[in-house]
Amino acid sequence: METLEPIIANHPFFAGLDGGFTNLMVGCASNVRFQAGDYIFKEGDPANTFYLIREGRVAVEVFAPQHKPIIVATLGVGEILGWSWLLPPYHWKNHAHAVEDTRAIALDGKCLRTKCEQNHDLGYEVLKRFARIIEQRLEATRLQLLDVYSARR
Amino acid sequence: MTMATTTTTDPMLPRPYLVRQVAKETPDIFTLTLEPENDPNGDMFLPGQFSMLWVFGVGELPISISGDPASPDRLVYTVRSVGQATHSLVSQRVGESVGVRGPFGAGWPAEVARNRDVIVVAGGIGLAPLRPLIYHVLGNRRDYKRLVVLYGARSPRELLYRKELASWARHHETQVLVTVDYGGLGWRGHVGVVTTLFKYARLQAPRSVAMICGPEIMMRFVARELEAQGLARDDIYLSMERNMKCGVGLCGHCQYEKHFVCKDGPVFRYEQVRSLLEKYEL
Repeated sequence: METLEPIIANHPFFAGLDGGFTNLMVGCASNVRFQAGDYIFKEGDPANTFYLIREGRVAVEVFAPQHKPIIVATLGVGEILGWSWLLPPYHWKNHAHAVEDTRAIALDGKCLRTKCEQNHDLGYEVLKRFARIIEQRLEATRLQLLDVYSARR
Repeated sequence: MTMATTTTTDPMLPRPYLVRQVAKETPDIFTLTLEPENDPNGDMFLPGQFSMLWVFGVGELPISISGDPASPDRLVYTVRSVGQATHSLVSQRVGESVGVRGPFGAGWPAEVARNRDVIVVAGGIGLAPLRPLIYHVLGNRRDYKRLVVLYGARSPRELLYRKELASWARHHETQVLVTVDYGGLGWRGHVGVVTTLFKYARLQAPRSVAMICGPEIMMRFVARELEAQGLARDDIYLSMERNMKCGVGLCGHCQYEKHFVCKDGPVFRYEQVRSLLEKYEL
């Protein structure tokens, strides 16, 4: 039976992570599957998990009253879904649903937060990696906000 | 860049072309097909070149050629209707006459890309000037290695050439990735800015040449990302857009520091214009 350790170790997000840290991660990890159309989380729900996507695609959506929901990002193989587990109040800020049948590794955020508090080296590694993801998505969001393809710029 | 192909007639004299087709691509973008009234062979053009299109009684517009360079008997242009002149142009009826000057400018460096991977990155209507290059690569498939097309648009309904994008993806050694900045729940493709597609593109930087066309800020971010992927600045080309008037580098309307976009461009090596892309006043 395939263990989660090589899957986590080979996931781009954890590339180069110390083997001891990978073992700590494995203790918080489990396999999950979502069918196309399944909601993975909804805005306001407690955020105690994040996902390493192994197969399929997930859409992150935003809605506003009296507007149709819009998809603001899709995430695919090798990407990370969710960072609301990392910071209080640990609630999701968006909806996310599977666009295709999706396989992922779910990491228990509560479990990982506890380990990060106990081992600050692990905590720093995790934060550095999430900071990079957040920075990339912030830059992408800025480009989206510029609405560069609009004729009315 | 490739040397310019220019007409042997007076470059300042518009030649009459007849409108053969006007096709709606998106709510405000149309593709016009023109054929010469007097010369059935038409004019040879290079991928990336542009024409000056004269709408009689209204004015003249610089528009990139978006058709197949292997079919010079027809000139194809994809135009966004944003002002009086472009609105008049896309409102032409089949059989009406339009004046054409050109083709003008330096095109995409198809020769430089021979025997290498060709990476095409387009944003919005920027796919139009790149389409002749895609036709050229697909029409001369043995001369090139992989073709990677990355295309970003504002929303699904603003995607150009949707059927062709799907058909290009079916070609050998061709990868086509499409994204939109925002999608509705019915959209099942990628959502995110065009730079987010790089992680899905199987690029091999040392053997690749990249050609970019879109809004300048998008090209700046894409060029930066291509550099991060390992492409040399000399292997990145982009198409600039300025206020072209004469088309032959005389009037100075399209001057871009020391360059005349109509004559020296519109296609430039990234290294030639990199510092200019970051200047506020340009």
